[in-house]
Order: sequence, then structure tokens, then C-alpha cells
Amino acid sequence: MSPLVAYLLSLADDRLILGHRLSEWCGHAPILEEDIALANIALDCIGQSALLYGIAAEAEGNVRTADQLVYFREGVEYRNLLLVEQTNGDFARTIVRQFLYDAFGILLFERLQRSTHAPLAAVAQKAYKELKYHFRHSSHWVVRLGDGTEESISRTQRAVNDLWRYTDEMFGAGFPEAELITSGTAVDPQLLRQEWRTSVEGIFAQTSLTIPDANTVMLTGGRTGRHTENLGHLLAEMQIVARSYPEIAW
Amino acid sequence: MSENTAMLEEQFRRRIAGGETIEPNDWMPDKYRSQLKRLISQHAHSEIIGMLPEGNWITRAPSLRRKLALLAKVQDEAGHGHYLYSAAETLGISREEMFDQLHAGKAKYSSIFNYPTLSWADMGMIGWLVDGAAIINQTTMAKCSYGPYSRALLRICKEENFHKKQGMEVIAMLIASGPKGKAMVQESFDRFWWPTLMMFGPHDAESPNSPDMLKWKIKLKGNDELRQRFIDMTVEQAHAWGLTIPDPHLKFNEQTRSWETGEIDWKEFQAVINGNGPCNHERMEARRNAHDNGAWVRDAARAYEAKHRRNGGTTV
Repeated sequence: MSPLVAYLLSLADDRLILGHRLSEWCGHAPILEEDIALANIALDCIGQSALLYGIAAEAEGNVRTADQLVYFREGVEYRNLLLVEQTNGDFARTIVRQFLYDAFGILLFERLQRSTHAPLAAVAQKAYKELKYHFRHSSHWVVRLGDGTEESISRTQRAVNDLWRYTDEMFGAGFPEAELITSGTAVDPQLLRQEWRTSVEGIFAQTSLTIPDANTVMLTGGRTGRHTENLGHLLAEMQIVARSYPEIAW
Repeated sequence: MSENTAMLEEQFRRRIAGGETIEPNDWMPDKYRSQLKRLISQHAHSEIIGMLPEGNWITRAPSLRRKLALLAKVQDEAGHGHYLYSAAETLGISREEMFDQLHAGKAKYSSIFNYPTLSWADMGMIGWLVDGAAIINQTTMAKCSYGPYSRALLRICKEENFHKKQGMEVIAMLIASGPKGKAMVQESFDRFWWPTLMMFGPHDAESPNSPDMLKWKIKLKGNDELRQRFIDMTVEQAHAWGLTIPDPHLKFNEQTRSWETGEIDWKEFQAVINGNGPCNHERMEARRNAHDNGAWVRDAARAYEAKHRRNGGTTV
């Protein structure tokens, strides 16, 4: 697989898996307004992933369709961040997962608007607009929950402590390939680390939440297909119908 | 009844007879108000409970396009619920009170959502049959006398029409895919046909709320007339697709130019509306759990607002 295809798939997988997780809330959210909001954000994420799979398929020479990339790849072939595949848990955990990603995604897609790979730049323009809303939504909820009641603060802090170990992966060295960064196709994620940290600290400063200490042991592996066990179950559910009837055009 | 009330009622009757709409601050008989509260909140609850059987398949939708369409459809239903709860609130009942009634099992919602969704074809079937039946009911109701409900329905019907088209597309594509797809559709049709006919409610003679509601234009057509309209339309569509209607008594009446069905199993209908359908328990549990598990979130949001309002600061 070419570095470009691998990169596009990683971006698409992040958006799909996060959107899929959010869609699991549909009908079960704490308030009706959040049923609408979470479904809306899920739609944006999955919609962006569909566009990204489209350009990945094209970059691959149209040997597979976008749907085949989604429904007929194994877990070890998925390239998404470990963070986005983590289970929903309670509303605090879902919001913290979303916030930690959104704070990263908004920086990434802002820069990808200037990617030298024109189809990616075009998708990034749409995605960036949507991510601004997502970040506003998730950061506002972090503030409300992190400065709400004793219970909401403790639940949110627990989610932060639990999910923090997946954050380093967003800025990892070695992905994407250096040639993509040099050519201006991809963004070097290492350059986003400090700005992400400042953004997260700025939101946490409005709350009683604290950032886990620097000794937190970080986990990585998603970009090379070494996932947590959560992804397999998600894919089993997502792919079951498509794989049971490969002859049907949906 | 005081002379004054009698005069107001007479004016009210004339306004409705003259085709005027009634608005939230207008005088209205208590019973008109209570009937509307019941009707609109039932419709709102149906949208919210109706998210569950379809939500059940979002994570398994077999293509990106289908996943996006289904998610958007279920989100529309949440939006309809939101819109309808707001319409009911204009009558002097809060969303919280309506939720309490639902969770206590005191409020009804459409019987159809107490049936399970067992295959992907059900996502097509709900769009084609269930939304199709709802459109027949609701486009009629959109001419009702209460302004906020009538306006809500106009908007809802537009989206429901789109949902129905989506459902028919799902079915058409399954059928075009060959025998496996067609078998999936027929199996789903066999399960949904009769419950969909029940959606129109009991026969007019047994419908306890109908006379008042017809008089006040809260209801404009009888249950049987609307059901028949649905049957005539849907039988033709089913035949065009080569589907078999699961009714050995179905026959075409040459004189009335209309399809006559066998009798609906009213015992099943009563069981479902009285809480004993296949999924009543699960649907109510899911809603109660969502509400209960969300209590701390709502508390946190309220605490945050209160804290910042007290401090004169800004809130997010």
C-alpha cells in the first residue's frame, strides 16, 4: 500500500470509527437536544469518512470501492487512533473522548486545507468547518461537566485519567511517512502537539479538572493495526450484514 | 355552564366551522385542550420511541450511504419529537411532565414501535409501510384546527415523505439484487403488514375519542377511511414488486374498486396497546434508562448555569 493510501485511510478510519461510536448513542442520550447533536456530529464524521474513503479508493487506483474499504477490511488493517475506538461508557467518557480528538482534529484539518493533494484539501475544507462546531460542542460540555456537580466533575476526571494514555498517539513520530510531509501532502502531527496541549489546558482551566501527570504510560498501535480489543467487536457489528450477503447491492 | 362559557363555546364552534385555526392564547374548551395535549404528546412520544427500532440497525447498516441515510432519518425523528413537545408545551404542559407520563406508563405511543426489527429489510419496511401509514394520517391531520400542531405536521410530513422514499429505495434494491434480497423483503413484509394496519386504530364504531375530535377538527377523517386508503395504495405497490400479501381473505371488490382484507387480530392490538406487545417492555426500559442515566448530566448543566448566573459571569 502506498504511503498516500495509508495516510488517507488513517484519516478516514478515525472519522468513521468515532462517528460509529457516537451513532451508538442514538435514542439513548441524556437529553433530547443531545440525541439530535450527537447524531448530527456522527453524521458529519461518517460523511467525512465517506469522502476520504472515496479519495483513498481513487488513490489506490479504484481496485476497491469505499464500501469495500469499510466492510471488507479486517481489524488489523484498520489505521485509526486507539482513542476513537474506545467504548462510549457514560456521557462524560464520550464527551472527553470527543473533546480530546476534536482539539486535535481541528488543528489537523485546518492545515490539511492547504494539502498539496488537491482532493484531500477539498475534503479538509468541508471537514474543518464541521470540526469547529464539534469542538465547540465538546469543549462546552467539558466545561459544564467539569464545573458542574461533584458527581459530574468526578466522572469527567475519571474519563480524562482513563483516556489520556491514548493521546500521545495523535502526535506520534513515524506516521505519516516523511515523504508525504516533505511534499506537503500530509501534516506532521508532531508540530501540533504543543498547540493541542495549550488548547486542552485552556478549556481545563475553566473547570476543576486536572491533566494527568507526565508519567502516564502512553499506548500506541492504531496506525499500524495493533488495536485494542474494542475495535474487533465494533467491526463485527458494523460488517455483519454486508459480509453475510456479499451479492446484494444495498 | 355559565352563560359566558356557553357564549365562548359557541364562538369557538363557529371559528372552527369557518375554518379558522386556534392559537395558543385563544380561548378553548378544557376538553379541547386536554384532547390536544394527549394527542400531540402521544405523537411526540411515538417519534422518540420510534427512534429505537431503527436505531437498532444504524451500527449494522450495510453501506456508507445506507448508514448515513438511516442515521439522518433517526435524527429527523428526534427533531420531530422536539418540535412536537414544543407544540404541546403551548397548551400548558412541560416536556418534563410529558416524560414523566411516558415513563410511568400513563402515556400511549404508536403501537407499531412495540414490534422488533429483526432484519435489514425492516429498515426498508418501516419507511415504506410505517412512514407511509403515518403520512396518510398526518397529512390529513395537518389540516386540523390547532395552529401549532398543524404547522408542525406540515414540516414533519415533508420529511416523512423523504423517509418513505428512502424505505422504498431500500426495498427496491433488495428485490433487484435477486432471490436472497427478495426473500428478506417478503419475510419482513409478513411481519409488518398486519401491525401497520393496526396503526390506524380501532374501527370507528369502537374508537372512544372520535366524535368530539371530529367535531373540533382535531381529527378530520375516520380510522377506517384512512386505513382503506392505505390498503388500496399499498396492495398495488406490493403486487408491482411481486410480494405476497399475508392475508388469504384479501380480494378486490369490483363495485367499490377497493381491496378488502380479512379481519385484523384485535386481540393482538389490545395486547400491544395495553403494554403486552413483543417489545413494550424493552422500549420503555430503554427510555427510562436513558432518562435515569442522564439525570446527573442534566443536574450538572443546571448546577453550572446556576453557579455562573449567580456570579454574574458568562456561561458557555
